[in-house]
Amino acid sequence: MISSTIGIWNYWIVFLLMMIGLFLVIGRKNFLKKIVGLAIFQTSVFLLYITFGKIKGGTPPILNNAIDTVYSNPLPHVLILTAIVVGVATTALGLSLVLRINSEYGSIEEDEISAQDLVDYHDQIETSKKIDTKFIE
Amino acid sequence: MISELIINAFLVTVMLAIGIALLRTRTLIFTVVLTSAYSLVAALMFITLDAVDVAFTEASVGAGISTILFLAAMAYLPKEEEENINSQILPVFTCILLGGILIWCSYDLPEIGLLSSPVHQHIVPDYILGSRDDIGIPNIVTSVLASYRGYDTFGETIVVFTAGVAVLVLLKNNTQTSKQKNKNSKRKVG
Repeated sequence: MISSTIGIWNYWIVFLLMMIGLFLVIGRKNFLKKIVGLAIFQTSVFLLYITFGKIKGGTPPILNNAIDTVYSNPLPHVLILTAIVVGVATTALGLSLVLRINSEYGSIEEDEISAQDLVDYHDQIETSKKIDTKFIE
Repeated sequence: MISELIINAFLVTVMLAIGIALLRTRTLIFTVVLTSAYSLVAALMFITLDAVDVAFTEASVGAGISTILFLAAMAYLPKEEEENINSQILPVFTCILLGGILIWCSYDLPEIGLLSSPVHQHIVPDYILGSRDDIGIPNIVTSVLASYRGYDTFGETIVVFTAGVAVLVLLKNNTQTSKQKNKNSKRKVG
């Protein structure tokens, strides 16, 4: 009973962590919080992959001279090594976008930025109407 | 064997606690520090799951470099997160629904650590034998990364290069526009 619960306990918690990351991305308005959510989601996916590669009583996949060694699966490790580096590249790109947005709008909250955009849009419509009436006259 | 899994279950529960703390906090510096701690506990878990290469990459890159990036970005950003005004029913409902489906599906996943699960059957025995006989590198992860899946690593370097160029372009424009703004404001004053 205990061993079977522990056997899928990892999966449950990893799925909960994924949902925490997803909620930070879609439920919070702060852009830095959204990027943190992406990082949390990524790390929990890494955990899921590495969990698949584990073998009970296995050793890390480094060759030794003993005959009956069971090595844990090296393939998920390779995939995740690539993914970690790409994840940091994504984080750096997202953070520079946030810095750019902050210097342009003076805020990193999603609703304030869309409110400013709405004001700009209405201003544009007003000015284009004025230009139109001038042409008609 | 069972003690490994118990340590594992404990560490993953610590990670869940850090995640819940992340949901509750509103201070951005605290958020960044919690993310760093999350990555470090993840690195510990990778060691108990026999992924030593992944563990030190996560500890140096995930917990080190990305924390430095976050702290460097935070120097230019507001320090507090504002309270949400909109209702959060839709995101909460989406997360609970998706999480429920995933947990329901987890009953079909193989138990952790079984040698007979499908992941271990396909091509990995060839990699392990080939690493000893064909390539001659004792670290199997290295030989798969650099030889069998070398194109993956090549694509990864292209992705990192592209991201670096994009960051440089974005931040260069950033300083230019702020200079232009300064000039414009000076002109207005003059």
